[in-house]
Amino acid sequence: MRIRSDIVIVGAGLAGLRAAISAAEVSNQLSIAIISKTYPIRCHSVCAEGGTAAVLSEEDSFDLHAWDTVKGSDFLADQPAVELFVREMPNEILRLDNWGCPWSRTDDGRIAQRPFGGHSFNRTVFAADRTGFHEVHTLYERMLMYPNITRFEEYFVTNLAIEDNEVKGLTAIELKTGELVLFEAKAVILATGGAGRLFGFTTYSHQVTGDGMAIAFRAGVPLKDMEFFQFHPTGLIPSGILMTEACRGEGGYLINRNEERFMKNYAPERMELAPRDVVARSMWREIIEGRGFDSPYGPYIALDLTHLGEDKIDERLPLIRSASIKFAGVDPVEEPIPVRPVAHYTMGGVHTNMNCETNIRGLYAAGEVACVSIHGANRLGSNSTAECLVFGRIAGEKAAEYALKKNYYPSTDFLKEEESKINSLLKESGDESPYQIKSELNKTMDENLWIFRNEEGMMDALRKINELKERYANISITDKSRRFNTDLTFAIEVGFMLDLAEVVVLGALKRKESRGAHFRTDYPERDDENWLKHTLAHYTKDGIEFSYIPVEITKWEPVERKY
Amino acid sequence: MEEMEVIFRIKRFDGEREYWSNFVIPAKKGMTVLEGLFYVKENYDSSLAFRASCRMGICGSCAIKINGKPKLACETQILHLNSNKIKVEPLDNFKVIKDLITEFEGFFVKHSRVKPYLIRKEDNYAEPVELIQKPSQLSKYYDYSLCIKCGACYSVCPASSSRDDYLGPAAMASAYRFIADSRDEGYKERMEIVCGDCGVWRCHFAGECSEVCPKGVEPAKAIQKLRFKSALYMLRKLFMG
Repeated sequence: MRIRSDIVIVGAGLAGLRAAISAAEVSNQLSIAIISKTYPIRCHSVCAEGGTAAVLSEEDSFDLHAWDTVKGSDFLADQPAVELFVREMPNEILRLDNWGCPWSRTDDGRIAQRPFGGHSFNRTVFAADRTGFHEVHTLYERMLMYPNITRFEEYFVTNLAIEDNEVKGLTAIELKTGELVLFEAKAVILATGGAGRLFGFTTYSHQVTGDGMAIAFRAGVPLKDMEFFQFHPTGLIPSGILMTEACRGEGGYLINRNEERFMKNYAPERMELAPRDVVARSMWREIIEGRGFDSPYGPYIALDLTHLGEDKIDERLPLIRSASIKFAGVDPVEEPIPVRPVAHYTMGGVHTNMNCETNIRGLYAAGEVACVSIHGANRLGSNSTAECLVFGRIAGEKAAEYALKKNYYPSTDFLKEEESKINSLLKESGDESPYQIKSELNKTMDENLWIFRNEEGMMDALRKINELKERYANISITDKSRRFNTDLTFAIEVGFMLDLAEVVVLGALKRKESRGAHFRTDYPERDDENWLKHTLAHYTKDGIEFSYIPVEITKWEPVERKY
Repeated sequence: MEEMEVIFRIKRFDGEREYWSNFVIPAKKGMTVLEGLFYVKENYDSSLAFRASCRMGICGSCAIKINGKPKLACETQILHLNSNKIKVEPLDNFKVIKDLITEFEGFFVKHSRVKPYLIRKEDNYAEPVELIQKPSQLSKYYDYSLCIKCGACYSVCPASSSRDDYLGPAAMASAYRFIADSRDEGYKERMEIVCGDCGVWRCHFAGECSEVCPKGVEPAKAIQKLRFKSALYMLRKLFMG
């Protein structure tokens, strides 16, 4: 089957939904398709809890938000992009308000804001501790107002059609029937999210397997700064479910087994509200040095909210309370929550400029899948949902302008080619299990690409990934049917993840310094002389090639980063 | 650590044939039914089809019938079920596509029918202005905005089961959520749908929707409030035109 649409958006989380609305606002004459492998409101963005940063108060300033972001990024963020981002944010908050988002309010009915890590002003807008959930539902429901947006729900994208450096469309499996569908498009926006399921202990939803990144990479789009992975300080053990930074924003403490607020030794000024890389590293050091608590699930640190009182916890952190009761049997009103740092965010991604454009004409990317870069080596909490809103909007607008100027260029043979690839994958009956491969990949990533890295461990990981890639060529897919074949889609996802894992490991091995979330025990210092630059990984037939581009520094020269 | 062998009895469907499969799960303390399903997929039968996403009770993907009751698989701990046999089935009132995966398209169409978005007379996209909403106004609708559209309520609704055109408890809760929002100006448009042939008067008041809701949304309460509003709205329409 072939479907024609002026703009095709892949992914229906915050960035994808925002892009769809934005494109529809440019013109009601454009046909806009939004494709997602889950129903839109099942996306991972609904898991965002703590909030969204924006300058709303006259005492705050764009410069301050930008500076916090740049310093948080360990100076790897591109400063013009950061400045654009902070200026666009306030209107995004107000639009969501106008579209029905149940923002938490001050007593006089204004939009409330709370403190967050690395921000030197209380600028995090929130909807209790279900911010992402309410933002997604608000955007999804707003999207229903535009008749020119069509949803293709539970379609699994397999590949991009690119000819002469220009995007022509993409192929996707309609899961319900198993049919491969060709979407012909003038412009394509990738909004598929991060790659967090590379790791085993992670906050990410099951489906966040980096599909968009891997597909774009194989199609010739470079991936930028993939070695930078964020570890969130507080993942509930043993599941890894996110315990929002708002727990600390609202006044929660991190405590070691000596009943000490140990952050005083690492970030005496900001304490628990230092940026995530700093807090996660401190917690991991406490654990390594034997000051964690023991549990059947390994050592942990206590996240103590008991002093906040039941009323405040119920008002500001209701999801945290119910999740920790349901999933860990701990009521945070009564006792501290057991947590450990957890893989949480992909700072790197598809290389784009400030207009969300890639090196392929007509191909855009926005949200976590993209790397503009405003997060550099470490993202600040509540800047990710914000990024999805701002750059989702920009991607939608730019794609719409582009599509309005362009005629169709249907790509004829692509569907057949891709169909035969899928068919042969489906026929595979080797003796390797994709589930086993994924589990071994997760293990090596958790062991060797975690918070503290070194050459030896990363070389082990590289060898393991190469072995897994060889074994992947010999996988078996048990389910041979077409109908909702999650066995097949899982196998495809594992293939995507193996490619991305290789990019992460190689990038991390090459970067011989410590910056933001990338910390090497064998190179523990930041090295601006050699490494104040973005990594670009290029896919070639002979393997991955690396190049580097400068960071755009316009206002703030790098200084030592202290909190 | 506590561990117990539990048998998962799963209702299967491959498009033509309906059958049951049994699998032995080594259930540890804290292990959820969703983790049990993944255990089956990874170790016994990778063709087993089920939906899962966030595994923290916020995305609404994994509502299924567990020992006869609709629940989120990710929030249900195996050992808490106090049984060494666990029956796992797809939700009722939804057409089965494969195994535990059911057709949700119609459910979402019904949701969209109640105009589940803020309706404003002036829609200022380019230059939005902050709308004031006091915490007391927020709390009038907030609980109803917590619906994750998992379909649990719909699966036990006798009215939805007997009348295909009834919009159902989730859609009604959503209608109420916007009607009760102080920022909304779409009362009339939405009431026309709520009072209409597919709206609140179809409800049988079984109240089971509120009982099974994993988020405590209480669709039955929303429907009750909507019926009161509907009665007033219809009377007013009758006398004032």
